[in-house]
Amino acid sequence: MTINDIKQQISDGSARSVIENSLKLAEDNSDYHALLSLTAERALQRADDVDSGKIIGPLAGVPFVVKDNFLAFGAPTTAASKMLENFNAPLQATAVEKLEAAGAICIGKANLDAFAHGGSTENSYFGPTKNAVDQSKVAGGSSGGSAVVTALNIVPFALGSDTGGSIRQPASFNGVIGTKPTYGMISRYGVVAMASSTDVIGCFANDISDAELVTETMSGRDERDMTTLSDFFKIQENAKPNQKIGLIRDFMTDDVDSDVRDAVNQYADKLRAAGHTVEEVSLPMAEYALAMYYIIVPAEISSNLARYDGIRYGHRADGVQTLAELYGKTRDEGFVTENKRRIMIGSFVLSSGFFDAYYLQAQKARTLLIDEFNKLFETYDALIGPTAPTTAFDLGENTSDPIKMYLNDIMTVPMSLAGIPAISVPSGNDKNGLPIGVQLVGPMCGDSELMALVKSMEAPAKTFDKTLGGQA
Amino acid sequence: MTQITREDVLHLAQLSSLKLDDSEVDGLQANISDILGYVENLNKLDATGVEPTYQVTGLSNVWREDTVIDYGLSREALLDLAPESTDNQVKVPKVL
Repeated sequence: MTINDIKQQISDGSARSVIENSLKLAEDNSDYHALLSLTAERALQRADDVDSGKIIGPLAGVPFVVKDNFLAFGAPTTAASKMLENFNAPLQATAVEKLEAAGAICIGKANLDAFAHGGSTENSYFGPTKNAVDQSKVAGGSSGGSAVVTALNIVPFALGSDTGGSIRQPASFNGVIGTKPTYGMISRYGVVAMASSTDVIGCFANDISDAELVTETMSGRDERDMTTLSDFFKIQENAKPNQKIGLIRDFMTDDVDSDVRDAVNQYADKLRAAGHTVEEVSLPMAEYALAMYYIIVPAEISSNLARYDGIRYGHRADGVQTLAELYGKTRDEGFVTENKRRIMIGSFVLSSGFFDAYYLQAQKARTLLIDEFNKLFETYDALIGPTAPTTAFDLGENTSDPIKMYLNDIMTVPMSLAGIPAISVPSGNDKNGLPIGVQLVGPMCGDSELMALVKSMEAPAKTFDKTLGGQA
Repeated sequence: MTQITREDVLHLAQLSSLKLDDSEVDGLQANISDILGYVENLNKLDATGVEPTYQVTGLSNVWREDTVIDYGLSREALLDLAPESTDNQVKVPKVL
């Protein structure tokens, strides 16, 4: 389902009927546990305002879902945690405000790993989300719910956040598009912070043109988020012809599922058939990226999650005598084990005596990784590789082994550490019918061009015709 | 490889303001040792003389006019979020 399908339904019927239908689909599919809450009352009110002409805009009446770490009206913002179980946001995230200003209607809030810590949505305090294609498999994560509602066509698009792959990997596991923009392109104001040096906001969609429209609506400078860049995103009709694309060899080893590698190679062949050059490149620092990530990100998490102290908002423990007890018990009760694990690792790598060996070393390694990407982008317009080494794994398969769970992020964290844009694009299925995602990566601020490239590959009519020597 | 003892876990928990359940300590001890063992792969890398990266878009100080931005929030709305409040103040248990 695409935004254009919805617009057609609205013009044939009404925004109210579209929103009612979307809410009904959400109820009918509650067994996936993709949504933590519905914002039905507010959504229907807004639908009526669209029908009466009070709300207008390019997305008027189009339903969407936000990951439940976005502050939004109409339901609590829980971050899938006990800590924020009853937190009713007093404001809305800039991304939500901008979409609403364009007329879009938020119908619900999607499940995630608590505080977005995880790669399967199994760390949700409220229980896991099931894969859209096979309910015995994980949805991926941490934005698992957002991926599943998009794949199930409950909404044409959904928002997520991506700190190390949390949009791209669930997109790959559920067969939808997932975009991780350049760091700073979309305001994070009003989104529960995880790791401030890599957190970005992006979207899930069934169609790249929808992702472009949603991205264009959300992007740009926001005085409430001082890391935002001035607006550079612009939808491009056509992709640049004859691009040079690097296939990341380091992600195509025998450790990666052969079906996944085949899907990447097939996409590479499609790119070649469209007139682009694809050749193997090497990213040796990728080997170290996951180690950097699991130092830097826990360090930032331990700082960002210090605010949850039971004083000003959120859960507060009962039956305590001292302030130290209040903090300790509140945080013990409010966080899931993965939250605690990451906070404590962060405390460790930042503590005196270990800071240089871990945190500083990781930040230096990060420079070397960025240098490698920059060098590749001197020659190549884009890079390609898998989004994840496997398709969706079984529910419960990796929950007892954090390292195994973390290894799933191995192909998505390098781009997060470098702040560069990447998109997971559905590309066929494995032998068990599970979706495979191919990851396309662009240089810093190359989001418009990267999306145009993906778009050109979606539409067979626009493929390059060698005999004509140009874009057909 | 860094070996994390039970005492280390309790110390880290204290640094993190976490009062852990006994049952959680053992699991965290094993996990944290494993994870630190994994990230210590970075020690193999020679990064002598390399400048660290703290943020990726080249921002340094970002200035704005010293004027009030209207966030559309009232004091009441924010106080309403607190588990307990009284007389325009957030209420906490006795500290001393």
